[in-house]
Amino acid sequence: MRTINSNNPFGDSHQHHVLSVLVQNRPGVLARVSGLFARRAYNIYSLAVAPTDDPLYSRITVVVDISETPLEQITKQLFKLIDVVRITELDPRKSVERELMLATVKIEDEQRGQVVELANIFEAKVLAVGIDAMTVSLDGTPEKLDDFEELLKGYGIVESQRTGRVALPKLEREARKGALKGKAS
Amino acid sequence: MSKKEILTGAEALIRALEMENVDTMFGLPGGCILPVYDPLLRSSIRHVLVRHEQGAGHMAQGYAHVTGRPGVAIVTSGPAATNMVTPLCDAFMDSIPMVCITGQVSTFAIGTDAFQECDTVGITRSVTKHNELVMRAEDIPMAVRQAFHIATTGRPGPVLLDLPKDVVTNTMEWYWPTDEEVLASLPGYHPTTKGHPKMIKEAAKLILAAEKPLLYLGGGVLKAHAAEIVRELAELTQIPVVTTLMARGAFPDNHPLCLGMPGMHGNATAITAMQKSDLLINLGARFDDRVTGKVGSFAPDAKVIHVDIDPAEQGKVRKPDVPIVGDCRLVTEEIVKAVKELLAEGTPQTDIGAWRSKVSGWQEKFPLQYEQSEPGARLKPQFCLEKLRDAAPEGTIVVSGVGQHQMWTSLFWKFNEPYTWVNSGGLGTMGFSVPAAIGAKAARPDRTVWAIDGDGCFQMTAQELVTATTEGIHVKIAILNNTYLGMVRQWQEMFYGERYSQVDLAGCPDFVKWAEAMGCVGIRVESPEEIDAAIALANSINDRSVVVEFCVEEFEKVFPMVPAGASNDDVMLFPAQESQREFLR
Ligand SMILES: Cc1ncc(C[n+]2csc(CCOP(=O)(O)OP(=O)(O)O)c2C)c(N)n1
Repeated sequence: MRTINSNNPFGDSHQHHVLSVLVQNRPGVLARVSGLFARRAYNIYSLAVAPTDDPLYSRITVVVDISETPLEQITKQLFKLIDVVRITELDPRKSVERELMLATVKIEDEQRGQVVELANIFEAKVLAVGIDAMTVSLDGTPEKLDDFEELLKGYGIVESQRTGRVALPKLEREARKGALKGKAS
Repeated sequence: MSKKEILTGAEALIRALEMENVDTMFGLPGGCILPVYDPLLRSSIRHVLVRHEQGAGHMAQGYAHVTGRPGVAIVTSGPAATNMVTPLCDAFMDSIPMVCITGQVSTFAIGTDAFQECDTVGITRSVTKHNELVMRAEDIPMAVRQAFHIATTGRPGPVLLDLPKDVVTNTMEWYWPTDEEVLASLPGYHPTTKGHPKMIKEAAKLILAAEKPLLYLGGGVLKAHAAEIVRELAELTQIPVVTTLMARGAFPDNHPLCLGMPGMHGNATAITAMQKSDLLINLGARFDDRVTGKVGSFAPDAKVIHVDIDPAEQGKVRKPDVPIVGDCRLVTEEIVKAVKELLAEGTPQTDIGAWRSKVSGWQEKFPLQYEQSEPGARLKPQFCLEKLRDAAPEGTIVVSGVGQHQMWTSLFWKFNEPYTWVNSGGLGTMGFSVPAAIGAKAARPDRTVWAIDGDGCFQMTAQELVTATTEGIHVKIAILNNTYLGMVRQWQEMFYGERYSQVDLAGCPDFVKWAEAMGCVGIRVESPEEIDAAIALANSINDRSVVVEFCVEEFEKVFPMVPAGASNDDVMLFPAQESQREFLR
């Protein structure tokens, strides 16, 4: 079914890199992290932030495009930020990734059923239905979201928003013990 | 024993600075920082009142350069904080430990575009090692302890604390965090200081096996107080040494193994030794573009051992064969030990005699050189520097501005002692030398401090000589007045077909009168006959600052030179030496 992949800038989906950055949950920390990317001319593809179960810490999940940036330098420079506690590089093959998308789609009468059917196939939820539009939500792997989004485009997307991915190491097998040792100065 | 003591945030700040052994700070008060200046009246800390906040920052840097202790600057909010951006960036680029305190509008006014409000932590985020907006009076002691800890450990750097006015007027219960509490409060900060034993062994093996090894010393050697052990390593192995602009003095220039400075305006031997080396032992240097020239053709046959306390420097420019993250002193000690062990076990050192004689051949053929001026013509800047150098009292600290005069000073001075050379390397800040010299002298009143400045640079921060006069911090300034923005003029001559655009400083003020107006002694030197007496007079005056203006040749150029972006192999030699170029091949 995956014929088109317009939303993946990496071509091969294994070429992107996901950094899971554990930071102290303090004012300004996101500005420090994003500022570092800007200052060193690194490109962020997506970024998601939220507190962890321990409210003293937040986790920032950053997706970077390796074809443009030397990953090792990014990681080391990030590590130098005083508020950064740990960085784990998550290999997409050894981690679980999820993303959420909301999309409002134009519908003409006879299409409503088609969109609902499509939503069912993808296990998406219909959040709201209007006279000529409908809002659906889907969480899943970023690739699944790409596919769903592509198919919705056929009907006309009025507005859509994705969260950027969040990820954790896979439980079984050796999920990369990637915590990079040797905290920077 | 725990009697509760209630202090204002301002009192807590001053006490915290005293607890951190601050003896001097450089600053200028204003609205938001006013509350801090009141308890300062009762403090043991000396406050040096500057004429411009940029001066306070560079003075703090000068202080840190010569002592290794963090320099402290304190200023108010808004325009004072923005005036501090250049020194912060300078300190960040050159890894100078510094703590800067800025005032801020009260917490309730933050974000309202209040009078003299600016987003200081936002503006300074990318030019500090760390910064912090302190939001509660009770957080001040911990913030100060963290700031000094971060500024002075790992790769040193500037840390800024932004203190809103109500935070310093509010009261708190005094406490002083323990070392353990400070460390626990920084879960993300654990600099690596000890090198990896396997890598150290590997390094020792490479050092003994190399045929053309070279020690490449950077500022990290000075930051880590490693000069002595580095010298032991050099003498043990008889490996020649180059010292970058930031490492001048880290290895004595009068040592037979010392080749001096490499880089864009390095000497031909130091540059070529790097190019031809088969092993670069980089101790605390960062493969700066001014040293490597075109990276792709830099030291093509060299293996690299890279010792740096900052892991991000490993592989940033040049991929090391043996990366060692750690403190230069600790790591070099271990390397020396490992080399000695290998030698004791019977591993011989490869004979580097051929390499040594090749290097000394270059030194003989390509000495530093300049053409003496014709009788009656203006003085040569290099000649003035030689005179200044030869007459300088023992232990003189030399500070420089940025431009041709800086390169000539680095080339022609002889630095035989660590911490006697202060300059702005990474940022290249014109205007650095006058305030930095004052900071250095404030820290080392026992030493003579000579600033070597350009006429362009001098005009950027000269007003700090008023500070020198009023504070009784007596420095000596030599202006090499070529009436041009000389370094830029040189580039326009060489690379823009002599089309001079906005580099002529003719019409600048009378430097002697200007010096006198600032309470200094002013001396002008126009001919070789005057020079010895003028320098002797300047050296003899110890109750005032002295400004000596040397009227030097306008069109003198700095050689050697590796043009920007060119390979070190294509270094432009001193013109009279060009015919010998083949000996460098
Ligand atoms: C603040 C700042 N502005 C501009 C420059 C660019 N610049 C580098 S050297 C130089 C000329 C310096 O002139 P002068 O102080 O007279 O020294 P000289 O080169 O003549 O010895 C200039 C403009 C700089 N390094 N710093």
